[in-house]
Amino acid sequence: MNDTIAAISTPLGEGGIAVIRVSGEQAVELTGHLFRSKQKLTEVPTHTVQYGTIRDPDSGEKLEEALVTVMRAPRSFTREDVVEIGCHGGIVAVKRVLDALLEQGIRLAEPGEFTKRAFLNGRIDLTQAEAVIDLIRAKSDRAFKVAMKQVDGKLSKRIGQLRHRLVELMAHIEVNIDYPEHDVAEMTSAMIEDVASGVIAEVDELLRTAEQGKILREGISTAIIGKPNVGKSSLLNALAQENRAIVTDIPGTTRDVIEEYVNVGGIPLRLLDTAGIRETSDIVEQIGVERSRTALADADLILLVLNRSEPLSQEEMELLEQIRGRQTIVILNKIDLPPQLDEEQIRRLVPDERIVELSLLEEKGLPQLEKAISSLFFRGGIEANELTYVSNARHIHLFKQARRSLQDAIAANVQQVPIDMIQIDLRAAWEQLGEIIGDSVAESLIDQIFSQFCLGK
Amino acid sequence: MTTGYEAGQYEVIVIGAGHAGCEAALAAARMGCRTLLLTINLDMVAFMPCNPSIGGPAKGHVVREIDALGGEMGRNIDKTFIQMRMLNTGKGPAVHALRAQADKFLYQHTMKETIERTPNLTLRQGMVEDLIVEENVVKGVVTKTGAQYYAHSVVLTTGTYLRGKIIMGELMYESGPNNQQPSVKLSEALRRLGFELVRFKTGTPPRVHKETIDFSKTEIQPGDAEPKYFSYETESSPRAGEQLPCWLTYTSEETHQIINDNLHRAPMFSGVIEGTGPRYCPSIEDKIVRFSDKPKHQIFLEPEGRYTSEYYVQGLSTSMPEDVQLNILRSIPGLERVEMMRTGYAIEYDAVVPTQLKPSLETKLVSGLFTAGQINGTSGYEEAAGQGIMAGINAARHVQGKEPVILDRSEAYIGVLIDDLVTKGTNEPYRLLTSRAEYRLLLRHDNADLRLTPTGYDIGLITEERYRQFCKKGARRARVAAPENDKGTAGGARSGYACRSGYRLAEQRG
Repeated sequence: MNDTIAAISTPLGEGGIAVIRVSGEQAVELTGHLFRSKQKLTEVPTHTVQYGTIRDPDSGEKLEEALVTVMRAPRSFTREDVVEIGCHGGIVAVKRVLDALLEQGIRLAEPGEFTKRAFLNGRIDLTQAEAVIDLIRAKSDRAFKVAMKQVDGKLSKRIGQLRHRLVELMAHIEVNIDYPEHDVAEMTSAMIEDVASGVIAEVDELLRTAEQGKILREGISTAIIGKPNVGKSSLLNALAQENRAIVTDIPGTTRDVIEEYVNVGGIPLRLLDTAGIRETSDIVEQIGVERSRTALADADLILLVLNRSEPLSQEEMELLEQIRGRQTIVILNKIDLPPQLDEEQIRRLVPDERIVELSLLEEKGLPQLEKAISSLFFRGGIEANELTYVSNARHIHLFKQARRSLQDAIAANVQQVPIDMIQIDLRAAWEQLGEIIGDSVAESLIDQIFSQFCLGK
Repeated sequence: MTTGYEAGQYEVIVIGAGHAGCEAALAAARMGCRTLLLTINLDMVAFMPCNPSIGGPAKGHVVREIDALGGEMGRNIDKTFIQMRMLNTGKGPAVHALRAQADKFLYQHTMKETIERTPNLTLRQGMVEDLIVEENVVKGVVTKTGAQYYAHSVVLTTGTYLRGKIIMGELMYESGPNNQQPSVKLSEALRRLGFELVRFKTGTPPRVHKETIDFSKTEIQPGDAEPKYFSYETESSPRAGEQLPCWLTYTSEETHQIINDNLHRAPMFSGVIEGTGPRYCPSIEDKIVRFSDKPKHQIFLEPEGRYTSEYYVQGLSTSMPEDVQLNILRSIPGLERVEMMRTGYAIEYDAVVPTQLKPSLETKLVSGLFTAGQINGTSGYEEAAGQGIMAGINAARHVQGKEPVILDRSEAYIGVLIDDLVTKGTNEPYRLLTSRAEYRLLLRHDNADLRLTPTGYDIGLITEERYRQFCKKGARRARVAAPENDKGTAGGARSGYACRSGYRLAEQRG
């Protein structure tokens, strides 16, 4: 069933070295057909690196020099035999080696297949598998840390604890049903209420982190708006250049528009390009404005840039009106010039902590902007070191479902519905939580029944 | 070496006359197949080697389902019970469960009589030692005495007899249950045919003499004043007014002390027992070791029949040496001066890994060969009988060239049981629990007829008369249900629909 697969694990392009990963029962044997070294690859100790050459097995032609690492099952990423071939990092070099491997009957791995095998072979659960991709795609230090915690199984562990509390309760109910004459305490509505509401409280706590988790994972979609020449582009450049930790252009992978990620004080901002919003008769410009309005509507954060050295225009007044109630920071630029703007007019509409004065020309005030953004989304600070974040939309959805099921159980309990019916809601919650980590096997309930209670003849 | 001789041609042969075998043989014969039922000992037909009771949650549901399909277990226990109780009445209607204490001797005799009087059915004593198989098709069986019986379908219901081994403390010997002859060669024959077998274990507690029990130290557990019955055909029973109670007592500190002091003599822990036992049916020594913080365990004293003094000591299953068993018994309040009549024991036996079966219970390896009951890795009379009736039905349909009948998980506990076995297998003797049924709320004991009687009628196990009664009841239900619910209740709608012919057979389900 588990054929041997291979893929280039480093990005395609020119680099010092590239790594090809091979996994499966025949990984060592088939790579061994191509690899010439002092020792036969099938005989080397596990977790060692060999220097040698990759040769065409028929012609003997040298294809590449390589360092080959052998990791035998189960101590490998996939829990299968894994071989990693390090060779020169060039498109041609890597491809020659990969082609030679495929010639041996190794199959090209599908995207994510190594991680999938790690999941199927039980090395990691579903949340851990999902976190691997978050780890790879992390746009900021904190997002990386959150993903790392998830890879370590922190989230799984918390879910596991919640499920355990539910399964203990469910086992108790099942014993009441299947062993009615046993001297096990009758399930009481207080016990059901107690466990169900306890689990709801914890799910709520996890869901509270969801918003921050999503931000860390996906970035805050940020629209910079303002009329032309207020310093919009300068702000974008300042953020992009000075705070650029990782800037990625991802055309087509997740969405159609090109987005730019910048990292402001550990918070990834997904900057959305907006044209100046104004009334216009030009049809092309109208379309641009329309798109800007959409971007504005979708944005999590709006940075409104105003020129402090000019009085507030009618259009800017309208913008201020339009963005009332949204997450907004008003930036008063050009504080190096004498003020002309009636600040009081703005302060009546926007709280002080959301007004930042800066001079992009003199590079003053950027730290204050970072602080303002941070306090807006994280109430002062990010606690990535302490908290387990729920950041994945699938997880959030399932947590919400589980919460609803538990509320149903509590409602049924209040109405004195028989326990075998309440059990249906409890079971649903238990399965929904299990779906997050990819584990919903009914057998574990029966295991719990017999480990928790002493039953039978 | 015995000389072989041709002893007869049948359509279906059933090997073993326990709870699975009786249902299989009766079903096949009632469906018109000339059927032979072979058993090692004719005195052991429908014998209850363990507790003298039938039913309870999930198990009782199965008995109802067997009855709804036209099987015998429900009718038989209705004729022979000594106590009837409806359990779980404080819970939802889906888990209400009927449980009967049986007069185990009367139960046996009544079943044997039914079998003997059934047309098309031959009951015979004989130990089957080999199967006649040609090109993966079963042709017949050979007994120890050399008799060769031929048939198109063979149903194996060997219970705990296959290479059975009884263990009591240091003592160990080859034996079937209750010191019956074990079946050794048949196990070898199955291995030769390529079947993968596993070793399972079960156990039974000691039996004690009624006259030596001090009932004043125990709590009485009476039956229901107005008992319900398992069979839809039973309207009343003379047994209702003459029920016997069971009695409840508990283990004492001294009991636990005796067991702990003698653990070195317990085969459970000395490594003598190689078979896997069921977690839900632990021996008393197992309970005390695994749940050491529990100060006492329930012990039910259950009469084994009306005309016997033997009492079954439920909760005290054990394979401790005989002398230790006696000491354990006498440490229990009410049993201080008790006389032990039979010693408890553990029994190991071979079972077929059930993933080698089709959902029809026919083996994948040998066409026409079916297995049912404990040989498939289950435990319990009801689980055995539920498989037995299905194996019997499908063995007969195999002979008749018809598609097998396969019950869905949503329509019967029997469906859940067989589906679990053939798709997931089991690593311990499998007991049915209501929690195994994902459609628990649908599988009520009181709607078993609505779920299954149309099927029973279509396959020829439900009589015209009974079917007419069923349809009348269905129509009544529909009238009651309709005004309150436009869609009709499951019962009303189903039974109205059900009374059309050709309802829900396997071929229509694809």
